[in-house]
Amino acid sequence: MPDSLVIKNLNASIGDRAILKDFSLTVPKGEVHAIMGPNGTGKSTLAKVLAGHPDYSVQSGEAFIDGEQIIGQEPDAIARAGLFLAFQYPSEIPGVTIANFIRAALVARQAKGAPFDAKAYYAELYAKMDTLKMDRKFTSRFVNEGFSGGEKKRCEILQLMMLKPKYAVLDETDSGLDIDALRIVSEGVNRLRGPDMGFLVITHYQRLLEYIVPDRVHIMYDGRIVHSGDKDLAIELEAKGYDWVKKDLASA
Amino acid sequence: MSELDDNQAQRDAIAVDRTKGDFKYEENYAFDAGIGLSAKVVDYISNVKGEDAWINEFRQKALKIFTDLPMPTHWATEDLKNIKFDEIRYYLSKGQKASRTWEEVPDDVKETFERLGIPEAERKFLAGVEAQFDSEAVYSRMKDEMSKLGVIFCGPTEGLRDHPEIFRKWFGKVIPAGDNKFAALNSAVFSGGSFIYIPKGVKVAQPLQAYFRINAENFGQFERTLIIADEGSEVTYMEGCTAPKFETATLHSAVVELVALKGAKIQYITVQNWSANVFNLVTKRGVAEEDAEVRWIDCNIGSRLTMKYPGVVLRGKRARGEVLSIALANDGQHQDTGAKMIHAADETSSNIIAKSISVGAGRSTYRGLVHIPKTLRNCKNNTECDALLINEHSRTDTYPAISVRGQKNSVQHEASVSKVSAEQIFYMMQRGLTEGEAMSLAVNGFVNDLVKEFPMEYSVELKRLIELQMEGSVG
Ligand SMILES: Nc1ncnc2c1ncn2[C@@H]1O[C@H](COP(=O)(O)OP(=O)(O)OP(=O)(O)O)[C@@H](O)[C@H]1O
Ligand SMILES: [Mg+2]
Repeated sequence: MPDSLVIKNLNASIGDRAILKDFSLTVPKGEVHAIMGPNGTGKSTLAKVLAGHPDYSVQSGEAFIDGEQIIGQEPDAIARAGLFLAFQYPSEIPGVTIANFIRAALVARQAKGAPFDAKAYYAELYAKMDTLKMDRKFTSRFVNEGFSGGEKKRCEILQLMMLKPKYAVLDETDSGLDIDALRIVSEGVNRLRGPDMGFLVITHYQRLLEYIVPDRVHIMYDGRIVHSGDKDLAIELEAKGYDWVKKDLASA
Repeated sequence: MSELDDNQAQRDAIAVDRTKGDFKYEENYAFDAGIGLSAKVVDYISNVKGEDAWINEFRQKALKIFTDLPMPTHWATEDLKNIKFDEIRYYLSKGQKASRTWEEVPDDVKETFERLGIPEAERKFLAGVEAQFDSEAVYSRMKDEMSKLGVIFCGPTEGLRDHPEIFRKWFGKVIPAGDNKFAALNSAVFSGGSFIYIPKGVKVAQPLQAYFRINAENFGQFERTLIIADEGSEVTYMEGCTAPKFETATLHSAVVELVALKGAKIQYITVQNWSANVFNLVTKRGVAEEDAEVRWIDCNIGSRLTMKYPGVVLRGKRARGEVLSIALANDGQHQDTGAKMIHAADETSSNIIAKSISVGAGRSTYRGLVHIPKTLRNCKNNTECDALLINEHSRTDTYPAISVRGQKNSVQHEASVSKVSAEQIFYMMQRGLTEGEAMSLAVNGFVNDLVKEFPMEYSVELKRLIELQMEGSVG
């Protein structure tokens, strides 16, 4: 499918432990899909495998961004092809300011030697920071160094807004955010929603999905999707818990 | 020639290029001290330069010290034993120059010049095509301006000949010939370098640059620099450039002496990028009198082995000394650097910030010496040494020798070793940076706060240089 993020029968492991087991999912561009699932079922693993993390090995399966195979490509090539990952645990980069970091990421997307419009860049950066209610002082702080949990998540969304990928995977972006921050960050994401971007939102809480209303909700268990439905599935899950999914599976 | 041969030829060219054998020397013994070191060679150098008898004596004594002193391998690396002193040319005079044609310069070198943005006029010099960097115009303009202020800016031969009353008093006093084996070697065969005198109260606004004084002699390996800043004067001196220079020799052993008289300030900035076959063994020391300040900013990239520990002797009350250094050791390279602070008066203060980066199988060593005797009061030292390892093969060692006696003195010492983790690299690559770009960003971040202290044009060049080094280090 040309205008989708397509994951087909993906099997991936770390060491000799299989984590993704025949995982399949399609996120059409313009849609928001949520993935929920118990701790340790492989949600972050999925995100990292898609992003080309070198620690994981893929035994079989495929993944495409608008028809372009990404499995087997280097992480930077996948990023430039249009996949953005908002990390569950973002890394700190001492000595590198947020402004310089995002700038370097944008320059990496330009043709070699092309001029960079610094004035327009800062105008846009400040506007996006205003949207996220981030203090401008943040531009000169070092990437994630000494940030609170919530500040890190906001900084991930700032990068997402500046880099404008084709598909964004948000891995528990809501965890660590206070109530106001959750609303602000969600608004930021909602502004990005549109026909040109697809989202895969990993979360444990239905609350986030009240702000970012998903087109589809998937339940992941033991390395694959075991249930899919519309936004009401998240509400059902919140009420019943995961035991219901497990029982369901056992009886199937 | 087939393409294969062609590639091979080019590889060979690059492989041997940076060793001295690749350069052609005109056989002209009238200007050539020949190969190897002896009393005769030292006499020859004195003769060619038309030196006074006392200088020749100074050289001959130094030669004897050099011969007598053992190689300092009891504390330094065994690699020093691999220097072949008998195969070195100790002096080439102006009429004699190493040469090759521009066509013989490998393409990757030309490309590096391109990428570093080295001006056209300087490329040929740096590639070893021309022994003379044609900057006469710039240099003489600077010289005119300086002489109006009474500033003396020349080479050691001219300095000792034309201004003995100024230079003789300090020459070889901050760093005596017997200081160490390589200072002795330099004292025996020095040629090239800078002699600078700044008169009382003169504050030189523009940094003086050795760059403009590069000539055939500076290709030589035994530069000698002496800077005297008279009372209340100020000067910044910049040495080196970030371009890879194509050395005609594998041994470089310079001596730099700084004298900051009462209330004077000297800032000495070095950015050097040596090719991987060079032994760079340098002695640098300054004396700071009452209320004076000596500041070394030292940036070492490349070389097979660099040993360099800039120091300051704080001889007058309230004198200040500072060493800010960055060392980058790539595969097969060893940066053995550090700083020495000798407190010899009350209320003196010193600051050392040393950052080293080890890439691949690169190795960096920090050696510090801070000495505050117990008779002194209200002295302060701050030492900070940080090492960054790029991967598991790289190595770093720290030897901070701090001897501080007495109740009234304070020292602060911090050391850290950090790694660029695979997770950090992945994070940056997820934003679209290549592995090389990610590493150079991490390295630039690591040195960021120090680089801010550098003059603008140097910090920009340094950043680009780090990028080139990092790109080259990933597969
Ligand atoms: N580097 C690793 N080494 C060993 N095991 C790992 C590694 N990374 C992940 N795992 C294991 O893989 C399984 C899936 O982990 P993953 O982080 O993908 O889960 P998750 O669904 O994101 O969980 P959570 O909801 O807690 O974030 C876990 O059992 C985890 O311990
Ligand atoms: Mg997770």
